[in-house]
Amino acid sequence: MAQAAVAHVEGQQHPIKLYLVVWGWLFVLSTGSYLVDYFGLHGHLRWSLILLFMILKAGLIVAVFMHMAWERLALMYAILVPPVLVLVFVGIMVFESNYTLFTRIIFFGAGP
Amino acid sequence: MTDTVLADTGAAATRPSGWRGIAADWSSDQRAFKNVSWGKAMMWIFLLSDTFIFSCFLLSYMTVRMSTTVPWPNPSEVFALTIGGTTIPLILIAIMTFILISSSGTMAMAVNFGYRHDRVKSAALMLVTAAFGATFVGMQGFEWTKLIMEGVRPWGNPWGADQFGSSFFMITGFHGTHVTIGVIFLIIISRKVLRGDFDREARGFFTSRKGHYEIVEIMGLYWHFVDLVWVFIFALFYLW
Repeated sequence: MAQAAVAHVEGQQHPIKLYLVVWGWLFVLSTGSYLVDYFGLHGHLRWSLILLFMILKAGLIVAVFMHMAWERLALMYAILVPPVLVLVFVGIMVFESNYTLFTRIIFFGAGP
Repeated sequence: MTDTVLADTGAAATRPSGWRGIAADWSSDQRAFKNVSWGKAMMWIFLLSDTFIFSCFLLSYMTVRMSTTVPWPNPSEVFALTIGGTTIPLILIAIMTFILISSSGTMAMAVNFGYRHDRVKSAALMLVTAAFGATFVGMQGFEWTKLIMEGVRPWGNPWGADQFGSSFFMITGFHGTHVTIGVIFLIIISRKVLRGDFDREARGFFTSRKGHYEIVEIMGLYWHFVDLVWVFIFALFYLW
């Protein structure tokens, strides 16, 4: 019974072309992020481009290569929401390191 | 005892989707992940915990970099290579990135051919993936050697903030370990696929669920995760 169901749809079946297209896009995005460094872009433009390319690449890998796009929402949210909460931790540590830097400058002198 | 096939996808089709689906799946006092086998669910949960480990490494890197009063060494110059007289910034890391992405591509196709029961292609693609992975680790070894020769230590380096060395060795070392473990398991799984263990429904290490090529996909999840972590390391450590 179960065996029959599996025979019809076993696991994740997608056309090979999809993987090749994603592969191509990952190459393009990686080249993009490398060129950010190669041309020596600075400041907010550099950081936003790096983060943009990073998010796009991560999204493509998780969604297509890891087949998350075809999973049920229950698994999707269980796996993808907790890492987002790490951003709270990032926020806490930004405050903390700013404070550490402040105390270092106050008590040890010269800053950056 | 009947061999329950937990990968059964038939049940999911009739279940509600969207928010209602989440509530129904989680509150049903059964399995929360309806059409995902325990093997795949556990790999996802392991990867989630691994995400937190790498997050902690990258966060501590961010913290030391933001809080130091000494300028941070410029990764663009530190990781530059001189090839044929011209110094190209970050070139080794770029090549490593492309190699790892290519390995992810071959892995995705290996999973596909596995489900089509094309043993030879699936195993061959996994071995190509393993070869890419081994190349990556080799280049990382080269990079480590170069930096150590130049005087980078976990407690100091010639160019700036001392914390650069410890962050670098910890983050790339942990990632390289993951790649190495992945290569080893890719070779083990590809040997099993090539031998036809999953067709003959042979029982054994990692094949206790008979006749399923899902283990290739689970292996793939781990491998793509290694690539995924590199995306973040590349962006946050090497490019920032």
